Formats: sequence, structure tokens, C-alpha cells
Amino acid sequence: MLRLEKRPQPSQLWTVVTPILAVFLTMIVGGIMFALLGKPPLEAIKVIFWDPLFHEQFAAYSRPQLLVKAGPLILIAIGLSIGFKAGIWNIGAEGQYIIGAICGAGVGLAFYPSESVLIFPAMVLAGAAGGWAWAMIPAVLKTRFGTNEILVSLMLVYVAQNVLISVSSGLLRNPEGMGFPGSRNFKQWDAAHNAELIANTGMHWGVVAAFIAVIGAYMLMSRHIMGFNIRLTGEAPRAARFAGVSPTRIVFFCLGLAGLLAGAAGLFEATGPAGQITGAFNAGYGFTAIIVAFLGRLHPVGILLAGLLMALTYIGGELAQLMLNLPGASIQLFQGMLLFFLLATDVFTNYRLRFGKKGLV
Amino acid sequence: MDLSSINPVLLIASVMVSATPILLAAIGEMVVEKSGVLNLGVEGMMITGAVVGFAVAVSATSPGLGFVAAAIAGALLSLAFGLLTQYLLSNQVATGLGLTLVGLGLSSLIGKPYEGMKTPTLSKFEIPLLSDLPILGDMLFSHDVMVYFSLLLVAAVWAFLKYTRAGLILRAVGEGHDSAHALGYKVTQIRILAILFGGACAGLGGAYLSLVRVPQWTEGMTAGAGWIALAIVVFASWRAGRVAVGAYLFGGVTVLQLNLQAAGADVPVALLSASPYLITILVLVIISARGVHGAPASLGRPFHASH
Amino acid sequence: MTDVLLRLEGLTKAYPGVVANDDVSFDIREGEIHALLGENGAGKSTLVKMIYGLVKPDSGTMTLRGAAFEPAEPRAARAAGVAMVFQHFSLFDALSVAENVALGMENPPKPRDLARQIRDVSETYGLPLDPGRTVGTLSAGERQRVEIIRCLLQNPRLLIMDEPTSVLTPQEVEILFETLRKLASEGTAILYISHKLEEIRSLCDHATVLRLGKKVATCTPADATARELAEMMVGASFETPQKAERPLGEVMLDVRGLSLPAPGAYGTPLREISFQVRAGEILGLGGVAGNGQDELLAALSGERVTAADVIRLRDRPIGTMGPTERRALGVLSGPEERLGHAAAPDMSLTENAVLTGARRMGLLSGGFVNWTKSKGFAEDVIQSFDVRTPGPGTAARALSGGNLQKYVIGREVLQSPEVLVVNQPTWGVDAAAAAAIRQALLNLAAKGAALVVISQDLDELMEVSDRFGALNEGRLSEIRPVDGLTVDEIGLMMGGAHDMEVAHVDG
Repeated sequence: MLRLEKRPQPSQLWTVVTPILAVFLTMIVGGIMFALLGKPPLEAIKVIFWDPLFHEQFAAYSRPQLLVKAGPLILIAIGLSIGFKAGIWNIGAEGQYIIGAICGAGVGLAFYPSESVLIFPAMVLAGAAGGWAWAMIPAVLKTRFGTNEILVSLMLVYVAQNVLISVSSGLLRNPEGMGFPGSRNFKQWDAAHNAELIANTGMHWGVVAAFIAVIGAYMLMSRHIMGFNIRLTGEAPRAARFAGVSPTRIVFFCLGLAGLLAGAAGLFEATGPAGQITGAFNAGYGFTAIIVAFLGRLHPVGILLAGLLMALTYIGGELAQLMLNLPGASIQLFQGMLLFFLLATDVFTNYRLRFGKKGLV
Repeated sequence: MDLSSINPVLLIASVMVSATPILLAAIGEMVVEKSGVLNLGVEGMMITGAVVGFAVAVSATSPGLGFVAAAIAGALLSLAFGLLTQYLLSNQVATGLGLTLVGLGLSSLIGKPYEGMKTPTLSKFEIPLLSDLPILGDMLFSHDVMVYFSLLLVAAVWAFLKYTRAGLILRAVGEGHDSAHALGYKVTQIRILAILFGGACAGLGGAYLSLVRVPQWTEGMTAGAGWIALAIVVFASWRAGRVAVGAYLFGGVTVLQLNLQAAGADVPVALLSASPYLITILVLVIISARGVHGAPASLGRPFHASH
Repeated sequence: MTDVLLRLEGLTKAYPGVVANDDVSFDIREGEIHALLGENGAGKSTLVKMIYGLVKPDSGTMTLRGAAFEPAEPRAARAAGVAMVFQHFSLFDALSVAENVALGMENPPKPRDLARQIRDVSETYGLPLDPGRTVGTLSAGERQRVEIIRCLLQNPRLLIMDEPTSVLTPQEVEILFETLRKLASEGTAILYISHKLEEIRSLCDHATVLRLGKKVATCTPADATARELAEMMVGASFETPQKAERPLGEVMLDVRGLSLPAPGAYGTPLREISFQVRAGEILGLGGVAGNGQDELLAALSGERVTAADVIRLRDRPIGTMGPTERRALGVLSGPEERLGHAAAPDMSLTENAVLTGARRMGLLSGGFVNWTKSKGFAEDVIQSFDVRTPGPGTAARALSGGNLQKYVIGREVLQSPEVLVVNQPTWGVDAAAAAAIRQALLNLAAKGAALVVISQDLDELMEVSDRFGALNEGRLSEIRPVDGLTVDEIGLMMGGAHDMEVAHVDG
């Protein structure tokens, strides 16, 4: 008989091993899934994980996409992970991302066609502020009334999506767009364009922000007392109150920071890779970032790696669609499975598997 | 705006139809939460139920089989959640989110070939005598069988929790898993059963969307219905009767806003479309401001029999 | 009356790293009250869990009235006539008394019949209880009655009682003993688990003593002295804490009319609590569990704030200050719950040192934690308080109860508090660690700190405190000097027998 036995303390080794194990398990089960879909499994795995970086024909295009996709994922996941550490479940990053993009774009478009160098920084600030404000709604409701932040932040995603559809065919619609929904194209307006900083790398300001966020989060969580308080709140809320940590402040800080980063990510995306605000410019990064945060073990460096890996599956998925005619949705499932396997294998971090007679029922 | 286009008989009747999927999912989730488990994957199980129900109903040209398949699909997906959270002791919040993401991916994968197809739908089951009543007959007693089934299920859950020993044990497990374990009840197994029930109910709710309410398969068609079901359980303070009230209130809001949109009300469409979500938030705030009562004491806490 | 009811032979149960029971054998006879005596961690709980079917022995056999007895689960044990009153973990707060009773029975009667049976039994044994009440609203003593009645309704042949008196006032203990003697006289055997020697001497016919998982003796407790029993139980002798004569200084902590609403559905409100503690003085506050102990500690530590004037430190109002500000001024505290309140279970000892010591020990600079210095502080605590652990990197939950308790008390003591408030400082701790902690508290007072020691262990309070008061339903009794206080007086201060009646032993 198998049974689980709690470890005296979490295993350091398994903390690192589980994500890798989860990736392998996902590859195996994903391969089986591809086989069931009538696709060559090994080929599909190779197209997803290897070809985006090394394929003779496509790599030149797809390699820069790695940073383009990883940037927003990392930026959002860093914000989410800090909240998750404190036991604050903001799952509405997608909404904060959308509202950030709308606010930032709105501020920029108000000055169209100015070519001032201040336009882009102002848009970034407005984007971050928009995301922050949207995240403040669940924060205020939670601290003031004790309302569950999971449900509120999620509901607000649907609200944000409705706002997005409304503004892209109303307030922010391109007056010269011949009546099509969608804002002006920022790629054609230098002052507001989040352009590639180094040619053919995919590096744009959003990626820079993501790297800064990784370093900042690392400093905060491992060295600063605020990071300590956040971890303490998540691990033992009563001990945190005993230590003198105000739960209200933690809620505001964590939700605010997550909203801020998601909002900025939205703005970087709208003014860069997406190029304009449309009803569907958001690509679900806010949800995928949840997987990235967990896969990265809620650790900044882990999130950096997980973000790159997840970006790889996005690009690889597109390639597989192109080369093997693999349905796009299978990648979404693939990513979901990754999270599932991670959660399943995570048990070994805190428990040890024992063989032997079962001592209890 | 032309409000006269809104027919009160049809309005009430469509409220019942619109409330049913959420009612099914919510009553299932309530049982899960009563056993002390928080499964945030309702949305994922619902949409999987929707697509599987649709696919089977189309292939077998039988909506009934579609519902059965949807229930099984929902239960299977919930079993994955159950194994992870109950045996591998994973975090319930994270696992529930993961279940939703998996369900969304899985459903759009399965559903691709079925987009735009038509399905055989459930015929109306007119309750003898009652359906002949003027106005009320059309309003309340001329629905498909799932509408009545969902209401009977609520009554059954209520009676089960209140009057049966198994119901008492289920509540006990949710109130204190350590105590229940000390008395010799098999906490994990009882919870798995509750999770399976919740999954099957969510699957049925999803199938009702794709087979009756819409009836069509479109990607992401649950549009947050599973999350609203979760909110309704909180709103209902974990009581079966109130779950029905909550689902019908919510159904009312949805139908009303659709009717207002159709009638060309002088309100921005975005606001009307967002109103179900905004009202859910508002309801949650009102409930929590009064203080949430009735939450099972062990809700969401992991259980591991250490000694 | 001398027939053997339950025979245990060679019971052994090992957990990783520890042998909880090692070849334990003894007999329990019909109708006797048999004590199972031992320190915390001696293996008493594991042993009774095996009898009750919660844990399976690795080896060894049990025989009940001559037949092999191998309960696979508590249900089987109950069916065989074994019932158990738990110390913790077997009641459901949100359910009614009747529902709780029904959950502990194999074939409960219909609700109406059950309610009547509960009333009948509670009357017969002098344990009044309303079947319709929600258990969460009951006092600790009443909750125990629910457990006892649940057992009695099944007419058990063996009743196991795990540390039953820790939640009772002295008067209530007397009534419980009457009930148990009556039961024994009716033929029910009782296995009585305790570490309280006097109780065992006055109640039990036989005693089995466990130490470190092994049976070390079986004796007739009435024939042994408390000292002999203690030596069997503990093995080595250790120094009992010394109370030195201390001069009392100025009033350090001054609490006037402290009232706070109950923190949750099942908490206790504080009602008009007033007391003063002087420098060098230890004020002991007794009382049965659930009478406002946690709430008082939270109000004094700053976890819950009050009006400024209600709590004063050296005449300075501090009622509105949170834990951080109070710590800065020298008001430190140690809550009852070690894991999850005083310490974060999954965090290392170093991190747990930062938890309360961050500012007072200067572990921060510019908001950043100096981990080297923090580790040093943790090592200091480990060394000064003889905490047995591989090192400061160990997670708090990996420590034994006694070691972690020494750590969390030591962490506060080393910060040189002006006022220290502790709740249950030696709860669930072995005798040697308990003695060390008590000595540390006495030493701290000798250095001029003012201490408030909240405890449910009266012996402990008599040992360390200068003055004594008792909490009862959130009120504080009159405070009296410890010298010359009798057990009866203490019992009355704790609320006497509450609403219990003496059992009708004639029945």
C-alpha cells in the first residue's frame, strides 16, 4: 500500500524538480492527446518545444516572438504571484490588463497627433493607473465588506470585456477607420508606439518592464520586511496579525501591485505587438499568467523561466497549427494540463511517498 | 423604447429557462461546499458538459443521451479535481482554477467540428391539468423536463441534508473534518462522492445551455455562468431553497436585460450586457456586508489524517 | 468484578523517527477505573487510538472478553462496546447537541426519541444538557457533557477518557468523578488518561505508567505517593522552579474596564476587566478554557485595539496601539496556539525570530531584513533556551511541542520585555521543558518585568504567580494573593460548578 507522510519541512529539491516533472508528464500525456487527434506525437512535441527556436525556416520569425509573448505573461504573473503568496486570489488580471490598455490608450489618443516624447511615458503611467484602479474595486470591497476577491475580480473581467467592446466601437474608435471598430493604429504614430528596441529580438519596453519587475519582486520577497509580511500573511494569517501586520494593507498592496503591472502590460501590448485597441486585442494573457505564476513556484526567477516556457508553447502551438494542422485549442488544453500536473506532483514537496502497511484509514 | 413588446408570460417562462443551468450548477456546488470542499472549477465543468452534451446529442440525435453524457463528463472532470485535492492534497483554489482552464481548452478542442450545427432539443413536457391553466399554465407548467428536474433536485438536496443520516454525515465532514475522522467517518471518500455529484450537476447545467437555452455550441458559451453559480452559493448562505431563489433572481436579471436590449432601452448596451456580472458583485457585497453566515467551517481546508 | 475485560499484549506502533508504543501489555478489568499515566509524548494517545480503531498496531494483540479484538475503524470499536471521550476534535460547532450525539452512534434512534434519551441520561448522571442547542455556543464543560452522553447512550463496556479534567473547574471535577464512580459501580470499565497525579490517586483502582512509549509500571495509585508516581512517569528528576523573593516596583501595566465584543460567532466577549501588575510581579489568571483567555491576550498584545485609556503602560495610554507599537514600548506576548499564531509553521526558526523581533532586536535596516543578524538572534534563543533542533533553518513545525514552546517563549524573553503576557505557556509540553519555561518566567520577573500568566493549569499558576484571578465568561474575578488560597476558593473564583448538579449516586 502507498501512503503519504508529511515531511518535517518542505523539500527544497522537490520544489525545483516538480515543475520539470510536470513539463515531462504534460509532454507524455499531450503526446497521447496528439496521437488521438491523428497527429504524430513526437513530431508535434518537437514542433512545439524545439522548432520555434531552431527551425531553419521559421525560427527567424518565431524567436523574437518568445520575448514578445513572455513579456506580458511575466509582468502579470509577477504581480499575481505576490498576491497568491499572501493568499489573495486575484484571478481578474485579464480585466485589469484590458482596462489598463484602455486608459493608457485613451490618455495617448487625447493628445493625438502630438509627437511629444512625454506621450508614451504618460500612456504607461495611465495604463498602470487604470489597472490599479480596476484592481482596487475588489480590494476595497474585500477590506470594507469582506467580499470574496476571487469572484469579484473574475466578474470584473466580463465587465471589462464589455467596456472594451463598447469603447473600441465608440469612444476610442479610429475616426479615420471607415466605421470599423478599433482605435487608431499606434504603430503608425511614433510618439505612442511601443516599438522594438533592438531589431529582431522582440525586446520592447514591456519586456524591459518585465525584467525590472522580476528583479524588484525578488528584492521585495526575499529581503524586504514587506515581502516577509506578505509571505507571513499567506502562511499563517493569525501569526501575521500577531506580528503586527495589517491585513488591509496587504490586500491593498497586493491587489494594487498586480493591477498596476497587469495594466501596464495591457498598455505595452496595445501600443506594441497588438498595435491597436480592438474588441479582441486581449489574448487571454491574464489567465495564462496564473499558470505561469504557479509553474514558476510563485518565485520571481521561476516565473521568468515559466513565462519563457509558456511563451514557447504559444509560438510552438501556432507553428503546429501551421505545420501539422493541430487545432489551436489543443495548446490551451496543453497549458491547462501543465498546471494540473504541477499541482499533482507538488504533493512531493510537502509529503513523502511511503510503501508499507497503511496505519490509518 | 417599446416595453409593450415584452410579454409577461413569456418573460416568466424564459426566466425559468434562463435560471435552470445556473441552478443545476449551483445546487451541485452547494453540496460540494457543504462537504467542506471549494471547487472553483464549475465554469470548466459546465462548459465541458455543454460541449460533450451537444456532441453526443447531435451524434446520437438524442438530447436525453446528451444530458447523460454531459453529467458523466462533468463528473469525470471533477474526479480529476477530487484526486488532486483529496489524495494529492493540492491547493483547492489553484486546482479549481486549473480545472476551469483545462475545461475551457478541452471544450474548444472537442467543440470545433460542432460549431454552427443544430441539435435536437428537449420537447416540452406539459404537466397534465396544470398546463391547461390560463396564463399560469404557459408560464410555469409547459417547460421541458430539465426545468422540473432541477427544481426537484433542489428539493431532494434539501431533504437529503436535513433529514437523512448520510446528509448529516456530509455536513459533519464539512463542519469539522478532524472530528469526523476521529469518529471514524471516511472524510476523503465522502468528499469525493460530493465532488462527483457537483461535477455531474455542473455538466447537466452546461448541457442545458447548449441543448435547450441557446441551443447551439459556441466557444466560451458559458460566459461566466459557472462563476455566477459559485456566487449564488455564497448568496444562498449554503441553503438549498435560497440557491433556487438566487438562481431565479439571476435568471430574471439576464432575461430582463436581454429584453431591454431588444426593446431598445435608452441604456448603453455595454452596461446592459455587463449587468448580470455587476449585479452579482452587488449581491455579493450586500451579503458580505451583512456578514457571511453558514459557511461550512472546514471549507477549503486540506485534510490529511496524520495520526 | 475481577474478570479481564480487555487484554493488551505486546502492542507496538512506530512512526517515522519515533516509536510511539513499544511492546505495551496490560489488562483492564470489568468495572475498574484504570489510569493511563504518562507525560506528553509518552504514547498515551497512540495507545488509546489503537484501542478505538483509529490506528492499527504494527504488532501485538488485543483481546476483548477473551475474543480477539482488532477494530478496523472506530465503528467496529463502538460496536464492540468501546466508547471514547476525546480531549479535542470530535464535536461539530455548527451542529446541534442531538446531531452531535447521533454522529457518534451506530444506529441512532429517531430525532425525537434521541432528544428524550439525551434528557434521560443527562438527568440520571447529573449532566444537564439541552439537545437542541448549537454546540458552538456551549462552554467547555458542557461540550464535554455532550461527549460523555454520546458515549453513555451506547451502554459501553469500556469508556476511554482522554484528559477529561483539563477543561473543568475543581468543583466540576468532583461531579465528574461521582459520575465515573457510579458508572464503574454499574460495571463499566473506564480507561482514564491523565498526567494529574492527585486525580488519579483519588479516582483510579489501577494505573499503568507509560514513559517514552514503554510501559514502566503498573500499580495501585492509592498505595503510591504522588512523588513516587511522578518519578515513574518522568524517570529522571529535574529541578522544580524556584520562586525567589522579589521586591515589587511601580505599576507597569494598568488595565481599566476593558470590554470587547466577541470576535466571532463562538468567541467570548470581554466584560469590564480591570487589573494592575507591578514591576517584578507575576499575575496568574486561571479559568476554564473558552472563558476569554484568547480574547484577553489579543487585547493586551494589540491584535485587537481598544480605547487608548483602557490599557496603560507606566501610565501611558496604549489601548489604540497595534502589536508593533506595543512591542516597541516593551509590551510582549506569547499566545496559546504555538503553530499558526505564535509561529508560522512552514517558516524557518530564523524567519520566526523576525516575526516578533524585527524592530526590537534591530533586525531591519531601511525596511530590509538583515538575515545574518536575524539568524544570530534565532541561534541565541536556541542556545539560551536549550531548544533541540538541527539549526535555525529548520521549519517551526518540525520541532516538538516542548521545543517550539521554549523557542517562542525564549524569543520574547530575550527581547527584555517590560511587560510579558503569556497564555498557556506550558500547554502540551513535557515536564522538563515546562519547568524550564516556568523558571525563565520567574527569572524575568526577578529582573523587574511585569508578567501576566494566563493558564488553565492551576498547579502551574500556584507555582509561579504572586497574585491570582480567574476568568469566567469574559469577566475577571477579584484578584487575591496566592499564599493561603485554597482549592475550593479557587474553584469558586473560576465559577464554581457552573450549572451542574451532583449526580444522583443512589441510582
